[in-house]
Amino acid sequence: MRPFTYERATDAQAAVKAVAENPGARFLAGGTNLLDLMKLEIEAPTHLVDVGRLPFAGIEETDEGGLRIGGAMTNARLAAHPKVRERYPVLTRAILAGASGQLRNKATTAGNLLQRTRCDYFYDTTKPCNKRQPGSGCSALGGPTGYGAIFGASEACIATHTSDMAVAMTALDASVETMTPDGGVRTIKVEALHLLPEATPQVETQLAAGELITAVVLPPPPLGGQAYAKVRDRASYAHGLAMVAVAGGRVAFGAVAHKPWRAAQAEAALAAGASPAEAAAAEMAGADADDRRTHKIALVRRLAAATIEDAGSAR
Amino acid sequence: MRTTITVNGTAQTLDVDPRTTLLDALREHLGLTGSKKGCDHGQCGACTVLVNGVRINSCLSILAMHDGDQVTTIEGLGQPGALHPVQQAFLERDALQCGYCTPGQICSTVGMLQEAADGWASRETADLTAGISLTDAEIRERMSGNICRCSAYPQILAAIRDLAGEPA
Amino acid sequence: MTSVADWAEPNPVTENRSGVIGKGVDRYEGALKVSGTAPYAYDTVAPSPPAIGVLVTASIPRGRVTSVDVAAAEAAPGVQLVWSHLNAPKQAPRGARANPRSQRASNPALASDRVEYFGQTIAFVVADTFENARAAADLVKVEYAPEPAVVDFLASFDQATLPPDEEDVHIGDFPGAYGAAPVTIDETYFSPLQNHVQMEPCATVAWWEGDKVTVHTSIQMVKGGQHALAETLAIPSTDVHLLTRYIGGGFGGKGQPYDDLILSALAARALGRPVKVAYTRQQMFHGTIHRPAVSMRVRLGAEPNGRLTAFAVEAVTHCARAATFTEHAANFSRNLYAAPNRLTGHRLVRMDLPHAGPMRAPGEAPGMLSLECAMDELAEKLGLDPIELRIRNEPDIDPETGKPFSIRQLVRCMTEGAQRFGWERRNPVPGQVRDGRWMVGMGMAAAIRGNFLLPAKAGVRIDADGTITLRQGMTDIGTGTYTILAQITAETMGVPLSQVKVEIGDSDFPPAPGSGGQFGAATAGSAAFEAGMNLRRALTELAVGDPNSPLYGGPAEYVTFENGVIAIENRSETLAALVARAAPDGVYVEGSIAPAADARDYSQHTYGAHFAEVGVNMVTGEVRMRKMFGVFAAGRILNAKTAKSQITGGMIWGVGTALTESNAVDPRFGSFVAQDMAEYLAPVHADIVDLDAMFLDEADDKANPMGIKGVGELGIAGAGAAIANAIYNATGVRLRDYPMTPDKVLAGLMAKGL
Repeated sequence: MRPFTYERATDAQAAVKAVAENPGARFLAGGTNLLDLMKLEIEAPTHLVDVGRLPFAGIEETDEGGLRIGGAMTNARLAAHPKVRERYPVLTRAILAGASGQLRNKATTAGNLLQRTRCDYFYDTTKPCNKRQPGSGCSALGGPTGYGAIFGASEACIATHTSDMAVAMTALDASVETMTPDGGVRTIKVEALHLLPEATPQVETQLAAGELITAVVLPPPPLGGQAYAKVRDRASYAHGLAMVAVAGGRVAFGAVAHKPWRAAQAEAALAAGASPAEAAAAEMAGADADDRRTHKIALVRRLAAATIEDAGSAR
Repeated sequence: MRTTITVNGTAQTLDVDPRTTLLDALREHLGLTGSKKGCDHGQCGACTVLVNGVRINSCLSILAMHDGDQVTTIEGLGQPGALHPVQQAFLERDALQCGYCTPGQICSTVGMLQEAADGWASRETADLTAGISLTDAEIRERMSGNICRCSAYPQILAAIRDLAGEPA
Repeated sequence: MTSVADWAEPNPVTENRSGVIGKGVDRYEGALKVSGTAPYAYDTVAPSPPAIGVLVTASIPRGRVTSVDVAAAEAAPGVQLVWSHLNAPKQAPRGARANPRSQRASNPALASDRVEYFGQTIAFVVADTFENARAAADLVKVEYAPEPAVVDFLASFDQATLPPDEEDVHIGDFPGAYGAAPVTIDETYFSPLQNHVQMEPCATVAWWEGDKVTVHTSIQMVKGGQHALAETLAIPSTDVHLLTRYIGGGFGGKGQPYDDLILSALAARALGRPVKVAYTRQQMFHGTIHRPAVSMRVRLGAEPNGRLTAFAVEAVTHCARAATFTEHAANFSRNLYAAPNRLTGHRLVRMDLPHAGPMRAPGEAPGMLSLECAMDELAEKLGLDPIELRIRNEPDIDPETGKPFSIRQLVRCMTEGAQRFGWERRNPVPGQVRDGRWMVGMGMAAAIRGNFLLPAKAGVRIDADGTITLRQGMTDIGTGTYTILAQITAETMGVPLSQVKVEIGDSDFPPAPGSGGQFGAATAGSAAFEAGMNLRRALTELAVGDPNSPLYGGPAEYVTFENGVIAIENRSETLAALVARAAPDGVYVEGSIAPAADARDYSQHTYGAHFAEVGVNMVTGEVRMRKMFGVFAAGRILNAKTAKSQITGGMIWGVGTALTESNAVDPRFGSFVAQDMAEYLAPVHADIVDLDAMFLDEADDKANPMGIKGVGELGIAGAGAAIANAIYNATGVRLRDYPMTPDKVLAGLMAKGL
């Protein structure tokens, strides 16, 4: 871990400014991902601005009938919140499917959205990785395991985004609210927050330097049932092989792309009256994978069909 | 940099490298070596401590983040001759073998029981709007952030069951 | 020399008058462990604040280090030294053994420019703090001249050779019998490379006082570590004081010294201050040993009645190019089932991978994953229950050596287990039982693991207050050694447990071989027993020879030891009174154990049977265990509680083996894909549902004076196969490639149109 200086922010705008003006600066909130990466020198900030105690840890009703979730709220408290449990069970289920009790007590809403990939080659600093070292190549491509994206991957990167929470938020049509370096406020749909890798996988979101996620806004819950499903090698405390969130007529996938994947084709099929299996197949027609990952297409198709079915029978 | 934390009831002011994790601060600067470094990346749970009563991985925090916090480590829960009920249950049920994950398991148990008492759901909770009944499946899921390579899981479950009582 | 016949005589342990043998007493060091006050190696408080060492490791599998740029590291804050092969202190060459009696040879670090595996230590940085040392280690820049490396096991079978000093075992005419057999099985099973993942990474704290070095380290073998360090540093072993009192898991992976031990000692000497070194979790994966992958071909030929006529188990495995370790995955099969015509053997591929080595039940753990599934496959082909098939092939004598079994309760393990598990609930037709989206099935497998006794010593003293202290250069890696040594000593001496102290993990103490091969309890425990018997003799002599003792004049043969009292009928005194008066400085004696001259006249093993019920998710291919039960026969059980923890821990390793644990080698880089605990998936709590075990009553009087055997490795033997057989029973999908992850299971389901 490289040396860095540390400051605890007491004012959000000042924090945003401090990070915007210093290319070596990063926000620190829960630290569960950033410190993990700093220990491996995958991240090497020279200055940390701790935003964990800024007043963004609460939850409030919006005028539209939704909820505004503070960016610094822990994953555990968000999942446990009675209004979330009652009205957005898919979000509670998704959060509780991820990480461990200890990690959820520390990780924040904003940090969870901005977590970086778990790709083995991103973590192994002896290997080429375009995300870690632009231009060095993608080692995951052609690797011996079945890891990788099946939607929107590029020759430069097949890494996946492994947040559970973000998949549910995508299905819930949530937005993030940010504070920008010029003092403004910006609203971005969660499904548009993250970028596909294309030729620049090191650029992961459309946030500007220093732009701080202050809240996630959930619109009123959609009509229809909600369901979340996650497949993993171990029964708990493991990254997903595939995740599916369904909220009413909206469907999102996780661990299949560089971003939480909104399954627009499946949604369109459902809207047109297709069966769950037909809707899942409609989305998967757009999936692409090499031989090592073809099983993943089948897995996601089956999981999506089953989860849509489950949501249909949920309240 | 200077940080003041209260550890096991005693206020401590430390002036350390900002890179110092909470875990290393406890172990290397305060001599509290009960919290263990198993992976240093939040993947094993051996470093679990309670911060303001909430269980976290102390390896994935830097000390500076905890200025003003109350930290309870395994040493603060109880000592030989005056063990905490969770420590006593682990001893009696042989819920440990090599013992390296044990401080983390015990701190995690204390935190987990409070989370359940507070009504927090887990992935195993069938009805998110009802109260929590600590079934075996609930306990297993909630304790899955603490790996025991010796695999004392059945005994850990038994120890926690002794404390939690039968599920409602 | 002793004979096993000598061990049949009753003795204080087998008579167990106070009942402490077998009792599930709390772990001796348990209160320290649950309170975080048991000091593991890295927790040791050195005489003065230690400097911190961090390893720098190779990023290629094979070649030479052509340059090491240490300028930035040396200039970094707090750095005290930076070593590579260019400037590391001179050590004895690898394999050197100045003292022919050393149990381990020289094992130098940073000895040359050669890189023999990815992750090998190639530089070493010491700084005043961990933060500075870790940052400086990342500043060391290394250039390499890579060389072609053999790293792809499955693509390298053409390079497989017989392991050194080993021949295949042929009995009868296997090819002829197999060719003539009416019912045959010929299948190949694959067990992947696995990592130990002990919770405690390897670590050492070292300091010098004059010419003598003290090391607190995490190692399973006290003498092995002491000798290796002495040989490497070319100093007498009496100048190395090695302590390893609490060990955060071993499983075979800490049976040998690693670079933390060598480099901490060297750096402490160079800097004149204590130095401590720990492997990072990531470094553990390549820098310590692993269980190698094994490909196993099993051929079985049987009569329609199920009697085996032809039996072959052939294993191909791998080890590091410079090493000689062989995963003897076929050995167990030589003692398990009767069949007149047999072929068993091993082939070894030398590879440019990190060192393969022993991991919990080496041989049996991967080996039984093959045969115990092949038997399941054969049973189905024959229309027999898998237990019945095994019973029909139960041998009366060892099927290869013809020797009698010391005791063999395999059939009882299976029948008792079947009843307690509810095996009759199993539908023999696969794929019939559903629970919502879950397909449910049951499987079983047998377990066998050898039993061993090695030479060992122990010392025991009694002090004037009556306290009895057992001292031994033994280790407790979580196995319960402290506890069983206390129980043996208490029962042998007829004193309450509270009167016994146990001190182990110190090279100054009488040597024992350490923890490994499930020989620990029998070996160390028997030496402790013999030491206790010698102390009884010494105290008897003291009492009957002391005119002030009520026992004065004897007769010595009527002396008893019970409740802390030495007595001849109604003449008695407490041990404390006797020692305080007659030997106020205390009495110290040693005892030793060695294998009996005729021990090898018997085929001696531990046995068991595993029963598993699993659910297979029809949508995703995920497998989750629902229930597992094991019945084991492993001699007299010393502690019902710790023995059960050991055996169920082994079973859970079997669950991991069947479902989640493997590491892949990336053939492009010669490195393991999983390098941390988020990617290498040891079971978590949620993976283990309703798992229990029991021991049959047994005493093996051919094993050692106490009739005990090991339990540390038996639990894993065969456990994974029971899960695999349950997956087949649930789905009709027969997988032979471990672990049985959702991708493989789902492919199987889809191939069946599910």
